[in-house]
Parts: sequence; structure tokens; C-alpha cells
Amino acid sequence: MTAETASGVAPTRTPSNRANPADSLTIFGVRMPVVRQISIGIGIVVALGLPAVSEDFAVFQMTQVLYLAMAVLGLNLLTGFTGQFSLGHSAFMAIGAYTAAIMMDRMEIAYFWTIIPAGIVCFVAGFLFGLPALRLEGLYLALATFALALATPQLLRYEHFEQFTGGVQGIDLLKPDSPVSFLTNDQWYYYFSLLFGFILIWCAWNLVRGRTGRAMIAIRDNPIAASTMGVNTSMYKATTFGVSGLYCGIAGALSAVVVEFIAPESFTFAHAILLLIAMVIGGLASIPAAIIGGMFILYVPNISESVVDTFFGGDPSSKALVWVSFGVFMILTVYVMPSGVAGFVRQIIGKLARGR
Amino acid sequence: MEYFLQQTLSGLATGAIYASLALAVVMIYQAIDHFNFAQGEMAMFSCFIAWQLIHWGFPYWIAFFFCIAISFAGGVAIERIVFAPIRNAPILSHIVVFIALFQIFNATAGYLWEFTIRVFPSPFPETLPFESKLIGMHEVGVFGITLAMLLLIYLFFKYTNVGLAMRAAAASPDSARLVGINVGWMLSLGWGLAAAIGAVAGMMIAPIVYLEPNMMLFILLYGFAGAVVGGLTSPLGAVLGGFLMGVLENLAGAYIIGSELKLTFALVVIVLILIFKPAGLLGRVVVQRV
Repeated sequence: MTAETASGVAPTRTPSNRANPADSLTIFGVRMPVVRQISIGIGIVVALGLPAVSEDFAVFQMTQVLYLAMAVLGLNLLTGFTGQFSLGHSAFMAIGAYTAAIMMDRMEIAYFWTIIPAGIVCFVAGFLFGLPALRLEGLYLALATFALALATPQLLRYEHFEQFTGGVQGIDLLKPDSPVSFLTNDQWYYYFSLLFGFILIWCAWNLVRGRTGRAMIAIRDNPIAASTMGVNTSMYKATTFGVSGLYCGIAGALSAVVVEFIAPESFTFAHAILLLIAMVIGGLASIPAAIIGGMFILYVPNISESVVDTFFGGDPSSKALVWVSFGVFMILTVYVMPSGVAGFVRQIIGKLARGR
Repeated sequence: MEYFLQQTLSGLATGAIYASLALAVVMIYQAIDHFNFAQGEMAMFSCFIAWQLIHWGFPYWIAFFFCIAISFAGGVAIERIVFAPIRNAPILSHIVVFIALFQIFNATAGYLWEFTIRVFPSPFPETLPFESKLIGMHEVGVFGITLAMLLLIYLFFKYTNVGLAMRAAAASPDSARLVGINVGWMLSLGWGLAAAIGAVAGMMIAPIVYLEPNMMLFILLYGFAGAVVGGLTSPLGAVLGGFLMGVLENLAGAYIIGSELKLTFALVVIVLILIFKPAGLLGRVVVQRV
């Protein structure tokens, strides 16, 4: 910049936050930003149109994919962009789900008013939990969240909280019928979740592309340099932890509304691991990867269970093989595809794309 | 008062288990700067191997030592096969691999031996040779075995060349390499030792908590808590922290929170230590140079 100005040449392009080196590439003669807009457009059309042509149960499953994707996105904001680990995000889904359920069941508040408060409660919880753990290196956070994930089901079952949490039985909920006559219940709750999905993805998009996002990435890549440049690292880390808690909280609240039932067993350490697997396989530091992750959590266990069933018979212990294969998959992903499916797609696009 | 003594003594016995696991965690932490989240599942898997051997008719002590040998070899193999190729990969890759190992061990045990609860035999006689209401024979035995093992490990690191080389490789890999130590293999040995220690801890706790694929989860958490309390940079601290966690767990369970919130108790201890004394009781404060 300075050199150009000094030599009297006006800068040809004003540098902005949105400058992306890939923008100058073309793929089959179409410029990259256009490709991106087209794929986002296709994504939106598919997301809006799919329920119209699907069975009710498939719509229900897609709704589950949506909220799981939100949880994976929350975890990805924390891990992919800020470089902190959490093995305990199931706990934040639990807090969100229980907040929503208690508001609906014990306080008789309509379901659409419970989602945002659940998110806010989780933001505060995440911020407060993250503040002490994040003053140290990322590993301690992994440890503290590991403990959190293990302790959560126990706390939810604890008898002295039973009047709120319903103890071991959990809480049964009832969702009201669809207020729009031409939508079935499943379709209505799909669009209801999709609204939150769009908002959260849009927020995440803006968050990581702006000043905050740059600070987050700087913390991930070099925390010492970031703090030298005046980034308040512990504040940013704790806030990101809060935001990622908020995403999981909203996901949890949506799950309570959609599934109409919550119990301590839904939020065990295994669930936290599933979120982590989904994030790694989907791809770190990528927003579309969250959708891939959500689909992974919902569909892959079912598909692989039926595959295992055909090869090993209906033996219940053979279901364990599914989890063995997940573990092997994760290790292979780390070896051959460290940036997940999203990174793989990016590579393919990189191969196809040409510089102008 | 007798109740208090009873709780403290049995706390020391479980504390011995936590101390062994904490030591295994600290050993791997010192070598590669990570927590081994699969430590507990590795120990659980070792236990199942021992159970299978006993089930096939081997006497307990043969199964015991055989299992330790297999676990040692398994630990070395894991380091060689899984971790050596990604030694310089970012932390996240390591954590993902730990979790993957956790998953693989847990599910494989579930597949091979099913998720049902099994009784694991205790090698010690039913009754104490002396009259006491304070403590059971198994607890005395656990305490004895663990102390003997800790002593052996101490002597190994203090007085053998290999032990010295391992300490050097952990403390300063570059300098160790310059004086001709094969740092890679020292790491593998460390993994082997940690797996063997875990196996002993698992076989000692299994008669108390029963044998099943998820048995080590909360014991591992207490092992971690012990390591954090004692200080992750100090093996001695980890052992003391483990004992301390055992006693605290029992006393808190008996007088304050009851038996339902034991995991929450560990969570609270970990968070409190991280807030107020992140280096732990005996750990040194790590200063980072820029």
C-alpha cells in the first residue's frame, strides 16, 4: 500500500475484509464468487423445497439434522476458529434442552419463546465455565470439559433437582399442532428449526469474517502474537466459548421441542464424542461442514448398523462394531483428510479452478 | 471416629488406584504434553484380557503378569503405529486420535465380551490375618501392590540407564537426541510403561467396581483430577494427588454430598484447582518464553 502510494500509483482495489485470494479464480469459466453464490442459492432452495417432496418421517429426520448441525457449528466456532477443544458440548445441549423443557412444562410458556432464553442461559454458562479454564492452555479446557460431560447426566439425575429435571425419567413434552393449515406438524417444525438454522449460520458467517473472526483466528494460529497485537485473548476465548455454548443451547432447545422428550441419557459423554467426530469428519473451520456433520450424526450410525446387520446378523453386540469403525474412521481422517470432507471438497475445487 | 478412620483407610485404597492412573497420565503428559484420554479404556481392555486368561484356566498370578506384559507390548505398539506418524501434528489431531482410541477400545471390548457386568476375581484371601473392622483384605492388598509398583517405577527411573534416558527424552528431546538417545523409542517405552501401570490399576479396581466396558470412565476422571491436583509436571505430585482424591472422595461422599454426585465432585475439584493453583501442589509453574 505505502509503496504504491509513494510511487504515485493509485491502489487498483481497495483492500477490504472480504478480499479472498480465491476470488480471482475461475471454475469452468465461472468466477469463484459467482460459484459460491450459486451454491448458496442451491442450498437455500434445497433446504426450503425438500420437505415438500419428502415423507413425514424423513422431514422429522431432517429437522434433527438441522439442530445437530447447529451444535456442530457451535463446536466448530470454538475448535475450528479459536483452536480450543471441548469434550463437553453435550452439557450445553443438555442445559439448552432442559431450560426449554422446564420453561414449557413447569412454567407453561409457549415453545417459540423458549429457544432464545435457552441460548442466552447457555451463553452465560459457557462464558462462566470457559473463563477459568481458558486462562490456561487448551488442554486444560479439554480436561475440564471432559469432566463436565461426565458429570452432567449425574447432575440431571440428582434427586434434589428432581422437581425441575424430572430425574431419571426426564420430561415428557407435548408440542402444539402446526398453526399453518397447509403444513403438516413435521413440516412446520422443520421450517421453525430452519429459521433458526439460517439465522445462526448467517451470524456465524459474519462473525468469522469480521474483526472478531480475525482475532479468533489469530488466537488459534499464534496466541502470543495475537496478544502482542492487542487482542484480549482470554476475553475472546471465553466469549467464543459462550457463543459456542449458545449455538449448542439453541440446538438443545430445538431438540427438546422437536423430539418432545428429554432425559439424562441423551446427553452423555458419548454424545459429546459424537459431536466431536462429526466436526472432525465434516471439516474444521468451515461453516457448510456443520451440515455434513449433522447428517453424519443422524444417518451414518443407522446406515452402518444396517450394513453390520447384513454381514454379522442381528447380534446386538455387533452394533459395537459400528463404533469401532467410527474410531478407525477418525484416525484415518486425521491421517489422510485432516481438514475433513469440507477440506476435501475445497481441494477438488482447487484442482478444477484456474487462475485468470 | 471409627467411621471416619474406616472411610479414610478405604479412601487410601481407592486412592492407590487413582494414584497409579494419575502417574500413567503424567508419564504420557511429560513425554508428549497431552492427556491420554484413552488411558482408562486401555486399562479396561487389559482387564478383559486378564479375565479371559483366568477364564481359560490360567492361575491368577500368571494371568496377572502375562496381562501386564501384553499391555506393555500393546502400549508400545500404539505409540509406534498410531502416534509416531503424527508426532508433529497439531494438538487437535492428537486429541481426536485419543478419542478415537477410546472409542475403539470401548466398542471392541463391548463386541468381544458384551456390555454385561462380570465379576473379576480378587487375588487376596477373604479374611484378614489380623482382627480389624476398619479395612478389608482386598483394600490392604491393593494398597500393598500399588505401593510396590510405585517403588519399582521410582527405582527404575532413578537408578537404571534406560530410566535416565527416558527422563532425559521427556525433559529435553533435542539435547537427549544430541547425546545419542533414541527419543522416539523412549516415547514408545513410556507408552508401554503407562499401559502396564494402567493394567495393574485396572486389575486392582475391577473386583470393586465389577468388569464392564464403561468401568474406567469415572476412575479415569479421578485419575485426571489426582494428576491436576498434584501437578502435571510432577510424578510424585500425581501420586500424592491420587491418594488425596481417594480420601477426599470418600470423606465428601460420607459427610457432604452422598454417593450420587461423585463425578460432579471431581469436576468441582478440577475447576477449583485450575482457578486457584493451576500448577498443582508440587508442579512447577511453566513460564513460556517468546
